[in-house]
Order: sequence, then structure tokens, then C-alpha cells
Amino acid sequence: MGKRLADINLENTEDNRRKYRQLLFTTDKELGNYISGVILFHETLYQKSDDGRPLVNLIKQLGIIPGIKVDKGVVPLMGSEDESTTQGLDDLSQRCAQYKKDGCDFAKWRSVLKVGKNTPSYQAMLENANVLARYASICQMNGLVPIVEPEVLMDGSHDLERAQKVTETVLAFTYKALNDHHVFLEGTLLKPNMVLAGQECPTKYTPQQAAQATVVALSRTVPAAVPGICFLSGGQSEEEATIHLDAINKCTAGRKPWSLTFSYGRALQASTLKAWKGKDVKAGQAELLKRAKANGAASMGKYVAGSVAGTAGEAGLFVKNHQY
Amino acid sequence: MTPVARRGSRGYVGGVEGINTHGQLAGRGEGQGGRVVSPHISNTRAAIMTTYFSYPDESLQQELRRIANAITAPGKGILAADESVSTMGKRLADIGVENTDENRRKYRQLLFTTDKSVSEYISGVILFHETVYQKSDDGTPFINLIKDKGIIAGIKVDKGVVPLMGSEDESTTQGLDDLSQRCAQYKKDGCDFAKWRSVLKIGKNTPSYQSMLENANVLARYASICQMNGLVPIVEPEVLPDGEHDLDRAQKVTETVLAFVYKALNDHHVFLEGTLLKPNMVTAGQSCSKKFKPEEVAKATVVALSRTMPAAVPGVTFLSGGQSEEEASVHLDAINKCTEAKKPWALTFSYGRALQASVLRAWGGKDENVKGGQAELLSRAKANSEASLGKYQWGSCQGYAGDKGLFIKDHAY
Repeated sequence: MGKRLADINLENTEDNRRKYRQLLFTTDKELGNYISGVILFHETLYQKSDDGRPLVNLIKQLGIIPGIKVDKGVVPLMGSEDESTTQGLDDLSQRCAQYKKDGCDFAKWRSVLKVGKNTPSYQAMLENANVLARYASICQMNGLVPIVEPEVLMDGSHDLERAQKVTETVLAFTYKALNDHHVFLEGTLLKPNMVLAGQECPTKYTPQQAAQATVVALSRTVPAAVPGICFLSGGQSEEEATIHLDAINKCTAGRKPWSLTFSYGRALQASTLKAWKGKDVKAGQAELLKRAKANGAASMGKYVAGSVAGTAGEAGLFVKNHQY
Repeated sequence: MTPVARRGSRGYVGGVEGINTHGQLAGRGEGQGGRVVSPHISNTRAAIMTTYFSYPDESLQQELRRIANAITAPGKGILAADESVSTMGKRLADIGVENTDENRRKYRQLLFTTDKSVSEYISGVILFHETVYQKSDDGTPFINLIKDKGIIAGIKVDKGVVPLMGSEDESTTQGLDDLSQRCAQYKKDGCDFAKWRSVLKIGKNTPSYQSMLENANVLARYASICQMNGLVPIVEPEVLPDGEHDLDRAQKVTETVLAFVYKALNDHHVFLEGTLLKPNMVTAGQSCSKKFKPEEVAKATVVALSRTMPAAVPGVTFLSGGQSEEEASVHLDAINKCTEAKKPWALTFSYGRALQASVLRAWGGKDENVKGGQAELLSRAKANSEASLGKYQWGSCQGYAGDKGLFIKDHAY
């Protein structure tokens, strides 16, 4: 959050973070037409609005389901070529139980894989799949729906086809691990990357090509029992992320028995932050509503490209080797 | 399961140095220059580079898709007529007929000279090797009879089960040797798909990790080789109905087996859109004291598949196992009516005994009964066609064989 605030020249204080999240959750209740859930960071769950109301209550009043990020960040895998796993399993069960009591109904855990000459390695795929499955299992024990996020980063110059192969392989490891750990698939969600070429790939692909690669990869690996897929936006701009989601929902290249929607951070908030700048709450909220509505339409294959211009413009939101 | 490879000098798991320093390991021989390599090692080595592979070229993808989609066209399914010589012997013995080349030929001739209308219900037929090269009385090759009806010919390519040392009476299936050449020949000779049956048993301690891993792997190797030769592989990981286990246990085993299967298919880069799955329905063991309704069987089956089988697979062609003809039709119908899970694939039949029991009884080995036998085939094929659309009226098809269970204990073939 410090980086986001720095981008709009705001200090990274607890109060600024609270103010920003308050902006989000005091948005008009129309927001609840497009947003079904919000993933929170631990501190936010316990913050209150200016008039003393818990932010989590504001969220629920909008008809939105609160979720909680529960992983504790990436750590390096010894021996690997700069690969990582994600930690956070210690006492996870007690933490989940507490979060459930405090109003959360789902959780999120992000694992990270990189496409390189020799990566992702067997070690990284096996380990991240396993840790995601352990996390999912522990969540379910405590009544939280686990969002499983095996993000294949966009960093690199690989083409779309390589991205597809990596994504298919990573997802196969993921679902084998979930099966090994007896995770109840009907009570999980997947938060994958869309299949996109690397940021530095010289070839540019159309949204339809990306959509086809994405849909085919998912149809080959994600069982029909999984109710839904909520894509991460990665380094995409707001408009790119919306257009891609729309193309995915329009794509007929493979069977799609799950819903295909969004779980966007930067791609839903870039314009919000820019319009707010720490001062103009209404402007920020208007941007949020606009972009949420656009993504709502995209999740049904009904978005008209370019119809929603955001304050953040077309700026790519790519952060190299994105830690968080 | 931990990778067995120790770190090589670069500290990189599974690096070339790591594999070479490993030397000999117990395990399945890979036949690569005499070096014995454990499955974990070859998995590791393959998996390091596992994101580097090729999809089949576009024309092969189209060919495989075309065949798989044609087999699973709405309202159609497969006649599994691939009984081996010895198995066919048992079927003929049941009706007092001697197991000779000629009798087997005559019986298959009955099947393939059935009226063309059978192709409204039957999209494909699985053959045993000898049948591919047999001819009717007037010298027409059976393959031609089949294709002239617009039915696709398939071929059983496995060479039967062999025991897994150390296991509790578990098996794997052999047949990979020269499989590529055999597939190429079968393709030339008119076949467009193949079938390979692996067998898993439910017991106190089975199926074991060994047997699930091994059978999944061998199915994936078979599938990969088939596709290289333009044949759609039907992947059959049969969980036998032998035993006293209940429906819940059967479901768990089936889910686990299928998860191993689809992981192996992914590891071997099999083109899923050009495959079919031939699984067991999820049913309680034959000796289970509790009886389950068709709706319960259907739900367990559909849920198990939805949890394991990717949407990219065009369809499921269920085996009938030990079910009677009517049971197999009713269950298939219930599966197609079931709304308890998403079903993005076709759900149809690939029946052997459950399509032929009445045919055999009505024929009895007598020329004058050929028409009677063919009428039975048409009637039960139609029933299963309706069932594959969720439109079968239970009990409306009365077979000559009655409703006798067709269960054979510990069915090897």
C-alpha cells in the first residue's frame, strides 16, 4: 500500500491507509451490483470509519462478502533459480477460525511462479501446489472458502504459447495437490493469471488470442466442480484487464463450465487512487464504480471496449517481479 | 512423495549432474542403454523441462478432435466387441458354442451385418486384433461393413494385465512395446481409435499408490503413442466392482484414480480434446450389503467426474462392468438426468456385455437365429442411445437375457 500511496504523493501512515479503505467501503451501494467480495489485509479488518463504524460492517452492508489474505509472503527456495514458495501455514487454523468469527467468509493465498529458461522447475511447481493445497484444506476446516492463487508472473520475453504451456502445467500440479489433500473443490475458487505473453515479448497478441489461450488452458486443467475463476490482473492496465476478461467471456474455443470473473487490485484501483489523491473522495468513488461496472459487464461478455475511460489512463500497471 | 533425485553439484534438484550421480536405482527399467531409472527420476528430469513441449500440429489436432467428437455425437455410443479369444470363448461357452475361429467370425459377422439403422445409435465399435482382418461369408472385410454404415472402427491395443511385484494382488497393463508401429498399421488398416484397459481393485489397502501411479502412467504413455499415430485413445482406468465397499468408498477411489490419470496425461502432454475416458460408473461393491438407487449412483458418478475430468475432454464412454443390460441403461439414463454437478462433456456408453448378452442368447450359435440376435442388438442399442440423452424409459427394453447380472468375479478380461 505504501507504493500505491507514494504514487499519489501520500505518506504511508495507518490513517492514510484507513482513509483510503474508508473511501472504498463508503462508496454508494450500487457497488454491490458489481462487487461480490473484497479481499482485505489483516489491519483493514479491524479498522473503523471516521464515525467509528467497523469497515467490515460497511462492507457487509453493501452486500459484499469480506475475505482475508492469509499468506505471509514469499520466501526463496534453496537451490532454485530465484524461485520461491509462500509461507503462512503456522497457526493458520487458529487464524482462520478467528477471521471467520470476525466476519470473513473467504481467504486468499498467493503463490508465485516465474517463466524463465529453466523455470518454473519441478521443485517450485510441486512445492507451491502443495502449500496451496495445505492452505486450502486448513481454510475449509474453518469454514472459509479458499481462493487458490498460483500466479505465473508476466515477467519475461516468452511468447503466448509458452505462457499457455506453463499455465497448464502449473494448474495440473495444483489440482493434483488439491485432490491429494482432499480439498472440497465445490467450495474453492481459482485466482489464476490470464494466459498472456511476457511483458518483454516482441510479438503482440490480440485479446482474442489471449482469451483463447486462457480458455483452452483452463478447460484442460480446471475441473468443472470448481464454481468459478476470478482472474488476477497482474501488470495489465485497467482497460486491458477489462477487455481481456470480456474476450474470455466471449470466447468459444473451449468448454467453460465455471464462471469467469475478476479479482482485481491494481486494475480496479489505479484510477480511484489517482482521482482521490488523498483529497477528493467522491471523485475516487466515482472511478471505482465506473471500473467495477465495466468489469461486471466484461464478466458477462458484454463490455464495449473503450467505453469506460479511467483517470489512470492506459498506463500499464506492471511491477517487475511483483512481490505483493 | 518426494523426488528421489539428490542434488547435483550445482545444488539444483534433478539437474543432469544429479541424475548421473544417482547411478542405479530400484524401479521400473526404462530400457535406456541398460540404466535402470526410477519413475521419480524420469519424472523429475522430464518435469524440469516439462513446460517445454509441443502441442500436436494443427492438422493432427483437427483429426483427433473430429474422431473424438464423432464418437460422442449426441445419442450415440460404442459397441465394445473387442473380447479376446479367451474371453470370447467364455461368452460362447455360456451359449453352448465352441470357441473356434469360425464361430467367432460368425458372431462378429452377425454384429456387423446388422441393419444400417444401428448407426443411429452406435458411433464406434471396438475390435480385437483378429476381427480387424476377418471377412464376412461373401468376402467383405468386416472393417468395410463397419465403415459403410458410417461407424468408426477402433482397436484394443493393450496386451493384458500383469502383476505388480510387492503389491496386494494388483496389476498393471502391458502392451507398450512396438505400440507405435502397431498403431500406425491399425490406422492404415482402417481404425481411428484405440482402447487400453487398466484395472484397479478396491480392497482394505488398495488401490495402492504404486498401482495408481503405474496404471496412470502406462495409460498416458499409451495415449501419447496413439495420438502420434492419429488414433484417438480411449483411456480406461477401470475400478472393479468386486468387494463389499459402499458407494462413498467407490467414489473416493474413483476420484483419486482419475486425479492420477489426468495428472499423468498432463505430464505426458496428451492432447485432451482428442481423447475419451472410459471409466466405471461409481457403484458400491458387488458384495456390499447396502443397495443404492440409480439416482445415488448417478450423483456419485457425476460428482466424481466433475471433480477430476477437465472440460476439454469431449466425452465419457462408460464401461458397464458387471451390470446387467437393463441396469447399465438405467444408470446411464440417471447419469444424464442428474443435475447435481456440472457436466460439460458427453456421457455415453461403451458397452460389451451389456450390449451383447441378449444378442448372444438369442443367436445361440444358429444361422436361423441371426436376425433374432440382430434385433436384440438394435433394441438395446436404441435403449442406450435414449439413455445417453436422458430419455430412456426404464424397463421399456426387454432383453432376451432377462435382467441377470453379468458380473464376473475379478474380471481379467
